[in-house]
Amino acid sequence: MEWIRSLMLPLQGSEFAKEVDSLYMFIFWLSVVLFIGITIATLYFAWAFRFKPGRRTEHIAHNATLELAWTIIPLFIVIGIFFWGVNGYTKYAVAPGDAFQVQVVGKKWLWQFEYPDGSRYVNEIHLPVGKPVQFIMTSEDVLHDFFIPTMRVKHDVVPGRYTSVWFTPAVAGNHHVACAEYCGKGHSDMAAKIVVESQAAYELWVKEGPADLNRPPVEVGRDQYEAKGCNTCHSIDGTRGQGPSWKGIWGQKHKMKDGSEILVDENYVRESILNPQAHILEGYEAIMPAFQGLLREKELAGLIAYIKSLQ
Amino acid sequence: MSMTVVDTPGHGHHGHDPNQQHHFASMAQQFDSAKIGMWLFLATEILLFGGLFVGYGIMQGQHAEAFKSAHHHLDKRLGFLNTVVLLVSSWTMVMAVYSASVNKRKATVILLIITLLCAGTFMVVKYFEYSHKIHDGLLPGKYFSYKGPHLERERMFFSFYFMMTGLHGIHVLLGMVAISWLIFRANRGDFSSSWYTPVDLVGLYWHLVDLIWIYLFPLLYLIQ
Amino acid sequence: MGHVVSAPGKTAAESPRPQKNYLNEQSGLWSWLTTVDHKRIGIMYLIGIAIAFLLGGLMALLVRLTLLTPDHKIFGSSTPILSAEAYNQVFTLHGAIMVFLFIIPSVPAALGNFVLPLMLGAKDVAFPRLNLVSWYIYVIGAIMAVASILLGGIDTGWTFYTPYSTTTGGAVTLMTMAAFVLGFSSIFTGINFIATVHKLRAPGMGWFQMPLFVWGIYSTAIIQVLATPVLGITLVLLALERVFNVGIFDARLGGDPVLFQHFFWFYSHPAVYIMILPGMAIISELMPTFSRKTIFGYRAIAFSSIAIALISFIVWGHHMFVSGQSQMASVIFSFLTFLVAIPSGIKVLNWVATMYKGNVSLEAPMLYAISFLLLFSIGGLTGLFLGALSTDVHLTDTYFIVAHFHYVMMGGTVIAFIGGLHYWWPKMTGRMYNEFWAKVACALTFIGFNMTFLTQFFLGSQGMPRRYYNYLDQFQPLHAFSTFGSWVLGLGLFITAGCLLASLRKPYDAPDNPWGGTTLEWATQSPPITHNFEGQPVLEREPYDYRPVGAKVGH
Repeated sequence: MEWIRSLMLPLQGSEFAKEVDSLYMFIFWLSVVLFIGITIATLYFAWAFRFKPGRRTEHIAHNATLELAWTIIPLFIVIGIFFWGVNGYTKYAVAPGDAFQVQVVGKKWLWQFEYPDGSRYVNEIHLPVGKPVQFIMTSEDVLHDFFIPTMRVKHDVVPGRYTSVWFTPAVAGNHHVACAEYCGKGHSDMAAKIVVESQAAYELWVKEGPADLNRPPVEVGRDQYEAKGCNTCHSIDGTRGQGPSWKGIWGQKHKMKDGSEILVDENYVRESILNPQAHILEGYEAIMPAFQGLLREKELAGLIAYIKSLQ
Repeated sequence: MSMTVVDTPGHGHHGHDPNQQHHFASMAQQFDSAKIGMWLFLATEILLFGGLFVGYGIMQGQHAEAFKSAHHHLDKRLGFLNTVVLLVSSWTMVMAVYSASVNKRKATVILLIITLLCAGTFMVVKYFEYSHKIHDGLLPGKYFSYKGPHLERERMFFSFYFMMTGLHGIHVLLGMVAISWLIFRANRGDFSSSWYTPVDLVGLYWHLVDLIWIYLFPLLYLIQ
Repeated sequence: MGHVVSAPGKTAAESPRPQKNYLNEQSGLWSWLTTVDHKRIGIMYLIGIAIAFLLGGLMALLVRLTLLTPDHKIFGSSTPILSAEAYNQVFTLHGAIMVFLFIIPSVPAALGNFVLPLMLGAKDVAFPRLNLVSWYIYVIGAIMAVASILLGGIDTGWTFYTPYSTTTGGAVTLMTMAAFVLGFSSIFTGINFIATVHKLRAPGMGWFQMPLFVWGIYSTAIIQVLATPVLGITLVLLALERVFNVGIFDARLGGDPVLFQHFFWFYSHPAVYIMILPGMAIISELMPTFSRKTIFGYRAIAFSSIAIALISFIVWGHHMFVSGQSQMASVIFSFLTFLVAIPSGIKVLNWVATMYKGNVSLEAPMLYAISFLLLFSIGGLTGLFLGALSTDVHLTDTYFIVAHFHYVMMGGTVIAFIGGLHYWWPKMTGRMYNEFWAKVACALTFIGFNMTFLTQFFLGSQGMPRRYYNYLDQFQPLHAFSTFGSWVLGLGLFITAGCLLASLRKPYDAPDNPWGGTTLEWATQSPPITHNFEGQPVLEREPYDYRPVGAKVGH
């Protein structure tokens, strides 16, 4: 019977998928039986009682027993299906407390993901197999819908509020994310890929980062400048913000609060990002958070290259 | 076939009321049909306004502070005046229907004119209220330009204020057209105790218009 | 007159050809445009909805053709058949035209207008002038809808979901106003029918002597009257949102985009039953007539129509299981949804049981009725997948939904409508259609329909979302098969239209009662005179009573 299921339903990527499929297949076989029953009865009656001129028909207006039976029995069946559906639905309504939380923003026409460590990805993420994950979603423009067929989860992504789905990926491989709420021209192209892999492979990916880090460091740095929020305090056009502007600082000597002077070079920039409290520039407060552990090597190198480019 | 044909009294074109349409068997049947039709129409009107009332209820629940603060811009006294005016017009309408049903042509015309004047008064008061709001920039949606201190969601209140009173106002205007038409026909002597269906139906409509205002007034003017 | 229980279509010589009827008593276009005769208004509606069906059908074929290949090109052409923007507009208009201009007015306003007063033994509907006004409002709404295509088009989907519909370009405001205007046409028709059923029944016809078609149309009219105004105000709010930014559906202004869905489905779910109840009503006529046997479970069918009409108002939330409504709400709506399945199931079994020990002949209307039974069963059973919460989460917003509602709306209502059209065609036009070609067309329609839409259950289950321009290559074979099916389906429908229209070239040849029907519309001539009956008919026997005259009458 498994081949019949696989004819209709996609890969079962999670336990939830198996649960959904079992109800699906129950309703499927029930429907097949009922449909064949109705078809046979209809065709048989049409044949057995086919038209003969002058034949008198019996006056059968109703039959209370029969009618009660076909009202009450279906009623019990559908109530059974109702409870089965509710059971699956509510069991997976609340995510476990230890679920890995990924923030999702849907916008025309891409999926943006943000991990708890603040790293952001567009349209492709990796997840470790066997670990529950919860997606907390909102939209920047119109309605979207986060649909992963292999996980049997789907939920609208609504502007102005948060919705969520969760599951425990059980099967390694690529899982397709589709937008299932019509959102305009690019609706059908609003797809993402979830790569489910072993814990080791996942950890390597976390360290190495997504493929778009394999670009020229300056470009990586420019993206990180916005992605990591550097731009909220550091300008790139010389205007003063909460922190010093990055424009033209490379190779300059900076005067520190404690009176010392330090050359702005690779080592100084690296230290200022990972451990900003080590040296504070004169005239600024010590308010920058430390980025130790929040940046990959390639991202850090990119930021250094970007600052270098801002002459 | 499972029927026979009889010649009912209503079928021949002799000896019945000229206002009776050919497909009705009797005046009573025609009158009852018209009544059913009108009541159904009133039901659709209630549901039409019902959508706005539900929307108002939900948004008022979510932005209770802003709605309460915004309603202070409305003039309770003018709202109350209009309530009284409409209640009086409802009473004159009832009397007009009664007069028509007992062949009092002159009384019918006078009562209908008073009803029309009340409706006109309502619209004039509404005009003054609207121009005051427009002057202050208390307008719906993107046209909201009130300069004084206010909460962000007060514009939502005025969206509802204009939508609800506006839709109601359109109904008052349509009612005035219908009443004017009744005055014309009543004056011509079209109605009698045997046929005054239009007066009766417009009367029902007019009561609904009043009833909706009875709900709008406390909802918009008297939020606690 | 005795009971007509003989071979259909062979009683042509029974009565002399009518000299005068509603078609020829007056002539000229003006006499049609100013008519208050329910039969002529029914015919005018029929013309209107036929044009709408043609338009919407051609758009459906275009949508299917675009999806034939993943790159949307055929026969080696260099440009796609439709661009993504054009595709979105075409499927939107297909939906909007089919729902608002075709299905909703199809059975009630076209066939119902013609048949209902005849069945009641009345001379006309209660408000003949209002009836004509309804038709003009329909035409104005239709012109507005077509104008919106020319003035920028719309790409929102027929559901107009906010905030997409409030932010996108095009003629959305005009289209929503068109739907608003069409709603009034529907409301006035509903009011007219309810008053007619209450007050204009022939002497002797109590509520339970009414034909079941009347029960179906009556239930439909209740929904039309009670639900349509809510759609009206919802569409007005949407238009005001576009013009004034009133903010009620806009999260940035403190509103709630999901509220629109609640409002919309509060109308549009009952509207689903505005569409299907009249289809069921037709089947309740066809089954006893062509089985020459009384309907099985008259009261069950009548009450289930009313039950469906009432329950339909409290199940709208089942369109929103994944929209962000509360989980408790979803559970309650799921339960109520399963309850509404029961009366529909009862009807199906009653119709099948009607054939038992009957004298069943398979003319085209009966073939359509049997098609309806099978297709509607599939439509209803697949509803179980969607009513259950956990399976609905996977299947909603996919092709499974598309297939499901096409089985109900098209396999159900449209098939029943075409069956009813064949059934009453002799009464309406005075001509018999060509039985052979009608059967060929019915078979092609049935086969083509299943090819097109059965496929889509598989697509949807496998995770193909609806309203998609581009799709994954793995879905191509099924999409292609569905498109081939749409050609067969289209061919079947064109033959149907040709077969019916061709009959109009003949002189009047239809007998008064070609099928041996027992309801009152068969008791007058074909086509009827303007005042329907000579004198006032009085009902002496219940409908669908096929016992010999003189036998004991009553249940």
